[in-house]
Amino acid sequence: MLQLEPRAATPWWLAIASPLMAVVATMVAGGALFALMGFDPVASIRTIFWDPLFGPASGYSRPQLLVKAGPLILIASGLAIGFRAGIWNIGAEGQYIIGGICGAAVALAAYPAEGAWIFPAMVLAGAAGGWAWGMIPATLRNWTGASEILVSLMLVYVAQRVAAWMAFGPMRSPEGFGMPGSRNLQHYPSAANPELAAGTGAHWGVIAAGLAVLATWFLMSRHIRGFRIRVAGMAPRAARFAGVRPETLVAFCLGLSGALAGMAGLFEVSGPGGQITDSFGSGYGFTAIIVAFLGRLHPLGILLAGLLLALTYIGGELAQLMLQLPAATVQVFQGMLLFFLLGFDTLTRYRLRWRAAK
Amino acid sequence: MIGWTTLLLLMSAATPILFAALGEAIAERSGVLNLGVEGMMITGALAGFAAAHATGSPLAGFVAGAAAGAAISLIFGVLTQYLLTNQVATGLALTMFGLGLTAMFGRPYEGVKAPSMPGGPLGVNWAIWLGLALVPVTWFVLNRTRRGLILRGVGENHDAAHALGYKVRLVRLTAIAIGGALAGIGGAYVSIATVLQWTEGMTAGAGWIALAIVVFAGWSPWGVLAGAWLFGGVAVLQLRLQAAGVAVPVQLLSMAPYLATIIVLVIISARQKYRGRGSAAPGSLGRPFHATR
Repeated sequence: MLQLEPRAATPWWLAIASPLMAVVATMVAGGALFALMGFDPVASIRTIFWDPLFGPASGYSRPQLLVKAGPLILIASGLAIGFRAGIWNIGAEGQYIIGGICGAAVALAAYPAEGAWIFPAMVLAGAAGGWAWGMIPATLRNWTGASEILVSLMLVYVAQRVAAWMAFGPMRSPEGFGMPGSRNLQHYPSAANPELAAGTGAHWGVIAAGLAVLATWFLMSRHIRGFRIRVAGMAPRAARFAGVRPETLVAFCLGLSGALAGMAGLFEVSGPGGQITDSFGSGYGFTAIIVAFLGRLHPLGILLAGLLLALTYIGGELAQLMLQLPAATVQVFQGMLLFFLLGFDTLTRYRLRWRAAK
Repeated sequence: MIGWTTLLLLMSAATPILFAALGEAIAERSGVLNLGVEGMMITGALAGFAAAHATGSPLAGFVAGAAAGAAISLIFGVLTQYLLTNQVATGLALTMFGLGLTAMFGRPYEGVKAPSMPGGPLGVNWAIWLGLALVPVTWFVLNRTRRGLILRGVGENHDAAHALGYKVRLVRLTAIAIGGALAGIGGAYVSIATVLQWTEGMTAGAGWIALAIVVFAGWSPWGVLAGAWLFGGVAVLQLRLQAAGVAVPVQLLSMAPYLATIIVLVIISARQKYRGRGSAAPGSLGRPFHATR
């Protein structure tokens, strides 16, 4: 019988190989799925993973890579910290939406004034909004013990309805001819978050994502708080004896990941998105969970994983256009990727051993 | 006044959550925390709708919904029980996968109408009766039969159950599949009996609400029934307020089920924390089981 035997330590190469094997397995399984649906599997996979970078239209799609990767990396950096400590913020999507709304609110209140203070104020408001939305599950868990998983997830549905209400009500553009949706911030110079260098796709959110990677790396590997978070995740009892207060960690992790998700929402609404609409949330908050796991909760891994998942978004759109693949292909891919990832991760923690059945 | 039609509406709104939460309660009593309820429900909703549409029989739809829910739950089962993956992350993956898969295969069914549900005794369709009947049955099986005792034993302390010779993984895999089948029926009820058509992501968080109901219920079938009816009540109240033209935007009114879930969860958790009642959660809930020998 094939049995699992715990490993004392994970070999370094396996830690890198397991996410790569998961990606390859996803491609193979995805290709099989496409073949089943009557599409050419090789062409489909190439369109999704190769053409956006090196194909004939890559001039248009390459800058999109950073546009999509920015929010994913920013959100996942925060989530990974909580996941390390066993604190499950799965409501980043809601914090992203509320951050976008709060940031947009500052811009819409200031409109049509111009000034260098407006954009920084929006960033702060976005972060504060996401932080506050993340502190709701944190506070409820600390006060009453309510599961942060369920509360943060429920708040996603609430946030989506707040966005719809804003788009149809308080934030509806007076110049929008009655259409739902706020003013487009791209047309408001002081509030816009434009591409910083032509052809790169990089906006302030991408810079923030880069800084978040550096900051979370420092926090997790060089700072006492990062050490406490890791201990709390690996041995909660030991952490408590060492004086780590779980309440502080819950508030810190949910607050920080909320603030980062809120900033991602703000950068999106002031940049590529442009306005608050009833469908402002686009699933980045959920995809970021996959990014965090694919990156093995490590800042550098998250950077690479964010780029890869951004590629699936762009490739998925391309495949929809070129091969008429369904739009939901990307979602299926992402779900499969997480399954394979978790499965292959078993190999890093256990060794496969053959034992004769008794 | 609460009339018969209101009560009917309430029971109908409660039924999908009742099925899904009963299934999750069974899985959790065996020690498995499956956060993929939403994914299993939406899979059941599409499979059930497709089968009902193809055969013209709602019954075939419910059977297909149950089969599809159980089938997809086994991905979670194999990963968590045999590959020992993290249950929270695997459950999330199941939800994402289910939502994506159904969005992909559901396209041809958009805009198609479901066959009509036959009525039942007292104007209540038989799916609602089935849901109601399952409550005492689940209670009886869990609390008054040997199989139920083994299932609860595995959930309370898997090491002890293993030492006594019970097959922990097999018991849990069965519980996961039953949970998946019931979630699938709940999803099928949404598409076949309430909305009467297929739309992407139509379960709209019902699976997550079912997860909260299980906590509210203290893992007991009767508690699940109470929780599901409470939410049916909230849903009916929301519809009635909307119909009465209350001066609150529709978008804010539609937050009601989600806010109610949070409030209920908070009250129950606080009671457990401060009244010193302790949590009724199974002892091994969410912990992976690895037999050393």
